[in-house]
Amino acid sequence: MTDAAATDAAEHPPYLAHHFTDIEQQNEAGTLGMWLFLVTEIMFFGGLFASYAIYRFEYFEGFREGSHLLKVQFGAINTAVLIGSSLTMALAVRCAQLGRRKALILFLILTMILGAAFLGVKWHFEWTTDYHEHLVPGMGFSHPGPNEAAIQLFFCFYFFMTGLHALHMVVGLGIMAVLLWMTSRGRFDHGYFAPVEISGLYWHFVDIVWIFLFPLLYLIGGRY
Amino acid sequence: MSGRVHVVPVGVYVAVFLSLMVLTAATTGVAYLDLGTFDNIDLNTLAALTIAVAKMLLVVVFFMHVRHASSLTRLVIAAGFLWLVLLVAFTLTDVASRAPQPAGWGPATLAPSNASTPAPPAAP
Repeated sequence: MTDAAATDAAEHPPYLAHHFTDIEQQNEAGTLGMWLFLVTEIMFFGGLFASYAIYRFEYFEGFREGSHLLKVQFGAINTAVLIGSSLTMALAVRCAQLGRRKALILFLILTMILGAAFLGVKWHFEWTTDYHEHLVPGMGFSHPGPNEAAIQLFFCFYFFMTGLHALHMVVGLGIMAVLLWMTSRGRFDHGYFAPVEISGLYWHFVDIVWIFLFPLLYLIGGRY
Repeated sequence: MSGRVHVVPVGVYVAVFLSLMVLTAATTGVAYLDLGTFDNIDLNTLAALTIAVAKMLLVVVFFMHVRHASSLTRLVIAAGFLWLVLLVAFTLTDVASRAPQPAGWGPATLAPSNASTPAPPAAP
């Protein structure tokens, strides 16, 4: 298939599936399908956000106190890192659209580096520190005071929501690795870019989840 | 390839990125100001959520190419957000409008626990 691909590409590109009229229709179907998946993800995270809202109203003081135990500077830095990775991802999609293999590889690697940096900061400067400060529920949680139990509840939400988000990041890094491999094999040299575009949608979605997690977890009731 | 592929200029992506960074700085900075309340609404929370929604719209419209998406795709996205609003709004109105319950029932009062043991759920 690899040799035939170049000669045959003009009339019948190998990446166009038989059941689609043209590549436009195939791209449209792929984008729509990815968005349908992302809508299920919105509902998936939405359930967490809804229960977070209920308990935040119920135990506001505890949530506020718990929120102020988080390191806001690392949360803000990570937000910037993730937004940067969204930029490199958007530029990667653009390179794929234009069939620029080397630039695409560069931007995919940059996206992976920024994604890994996010996870590194989260793991090393936040979760590890939280553990040493006895803030992990079920692992020796202790924060004496009148709101201790509510603070523990806040940290249940904190670890579950950031953990689920980090899991999505790890999956995203895996997807980037696959894209990198596909790119190096020349799969996106001739204007075919649907896998990059669709993976980009996923990456940006994970970015959006963090855009909401940052103020909701780190900035409860203000920091003043 | 077809002519319908929209290759967005690099400048647009960079401008969106810079806007997102400014908004990130804004949401962090605003948190250090006491905006007070208006009509029982915590304005700090309102500001944080407004900025978050603005950032989301920037990402969705420009990075996720909804600007050039088909009507069908846009409809699916809008429906998804509508259902999210239903999920959160109806859950919250349910919780907020529950009748007072007999003593021992209703929202648990979380008791402070000993340092060594995790807090047990409040017994009914």
